[in-house]
Amino acid sequence: MEGTAVRGRLTWQTATVGSVTDETPKVRTLVLEVPDWPGHRAGQHVDIRLTADDGYQAERAYSIASAPGEPLALTVERLDDGEVSPYLTEDVQPGDQLEVRGPIGGYFVWEPAFGGPLLLMAGGSGVVPLRSILRRRSSAGSAVPVRMLYSSRSLEDVIYRSELDGLRDAEVIHALTRSQPPGWTGYARRVDAQMLAEVAWPADSKPLAYVCGPTSFVEAVAAGLVGLGYPAVRVRTERFGATGQ
Amino acid sequence: MSPISRGFHRKRQEAPAGRVPPGQYVTADFPVLSAGPTPHTPLSEWSFSIAGGREPRMWSWEQFRSLPSQTLTTDIHCVTRWSKLDTMWEGVSLDVLLGAVEYDAGYVLAFSDGGYTTNLPVADLLGGKAWVAFGYGGSPLGAEHGGPARLLVPHLYFWKSAKWVRGLRLTDTDMPGFWENYGYHMYGDPWKEQRYAGD
Amino acid sequence: MGTPEDRDVAPDDPALDYAALDGNAIGGLLIEVFGTEMTTAVGICGHCGAVGQVAELAVYQPGLGTVVRCRSCDAVLMAFVRIRGVTCVDLEGLASLS
Repeated sequence: MEGTAVRGRLTWQTATVGSVTDETPKVRTLVLEVPDWPGHRAGQHVDIRLTADDGYQAERAYSIASAPGEPLALTVERLDDGEVSPYLTEDVQPGDQLEVRGPIGGYFVWEPAFGGPLLLMAGGSGVVPLRSILRRRSSAGSAVPVRMLYSSRSLEDVIYRSELDGLRDAEVIHALTRSQPPGWTGYARRVDAQMLAEVAWPADSKPLAYVCGPTSFVEAVAAGLVGLGYPAVRVRTERFGATGQ
Repeated sequence: MSPISRGFHRKRQEAPAGRVPPGQYVTADFPVLSAGPTPHTPLSEWSFSIAGGREPRMWSWEQFRSLPSQTLTTDIHCVTRWSKLDTMWEGVSLDVLLGAVEYDAGYVLAFSDGGYTTNLPVADLLGGKAWVAFGYGGSPLGAEHGGPARLLVPHLYFWKSAKWVRGLRLTDTDMPGFWENYGYHMYGDPWKEQRYAGD
Repeated sequence: MGTPEDRDVAPDDPALDYAALDGNAIGGLLIEVFGTEMTTAVGICGHCGAVGQVAELAVYQPGLGTVVRCRSCDAVLMAFVRIRGVTCVDLEGLASLS
């Protein structure tokens, strides 16, 4: 059930961890139970706040991985030097509590009514909000054409791999930048102008692009798409902290 | 009242007793914290200047690097609570730079490429307490950490050690710089935990 | 989204200016300050006149506060500093925000 968007001031709500699923060795999805969750739009995020028993608090923002109408799910990548992500990806157990604020975001969102064709460009954990968009499209039965280019370090780092492989009406093209399995015939390098030219919908089809990932990825891809003739206003960007690839 | 997140704690390491100021933890990292993009001024265009004295004084990169310099090992303390011990630097002492200028002002506003500023009393730059540093860890100071040269004033919180420093403006009164304008302490002594105005 | 956390020294790659996020990262902070969703608001730089949505502005969070800059000229458009529970808001760099 899709709730109404929250207007006005956000408040922190207590969330209970419902289940955890390891997506890759460094990435975990948490499903959160929030009693008064108002629903969300595909592409939005939430702020998470953790409180230690000495009162210390840490806040971070995480994209929502689930589609509107599905239980609230976040997918978190463990950053080696992090303070919050190691806790969320290794220590947290079902039943643990944290605080959530949201949903947040009115720019990096997609609804079926926005149309397409859709070009989703994911760098590493930037795939998370794009997966929400894919699930939204599927659950709405939308026929908007969609193509995703997903750049990861290696096959083991691909998040939602079987789900993406199983999409029948969406094309997902992988670029593995650091190592490839034997026999790999796909892209084996970082996204560049040549790759964009081969993958992107032609500009005259009036595509809508969503680019998400580390800052360096987003800037290179967004500039590349504008270089292919995409109007800047049709290229939506969301930069994560640059983990680099 | 926020619910406790079971098992969550701040990331910290034990600090040797008395070695770090109150409220700090020791890190082996050197976090890169910037309020703006990294400037990339070519050395051929770089200068360090001191204004507000009897006459303005300026050094080109070549002139600056021919000044006597020192190496030093010191602890640094960031107001965001990390301290890094035994950091190694190389730089020109402000005793040398300010020694080349005639002035009677009591304060400076240090300014950097990109517009960052921070204020300090002149007294805190003299007596072997401050440098314009061009080397870190035995190598040229990297751009992310303020290279080609940054201010280094280790006895104060590290926001006073302005990255990408390009000069000092001598002032008669203590004028708040970039963070001081938003409520950070005008002086910033970590041993008195002077993080914010009013501390 | 994975906002930046404590990190090791970065390689000195000018292309990897990883301090910069964008206005999406501070969506929650902006709702706190303005009382409403702001990432689609349009800001005009008071220094160079560049027009852009808040979601696309350059955001720096060095731990002391949040600095939002124009992508064209790097001028500070907004700054937010939270001290002892009170947020100082500086919007002087904006010619307008709507």
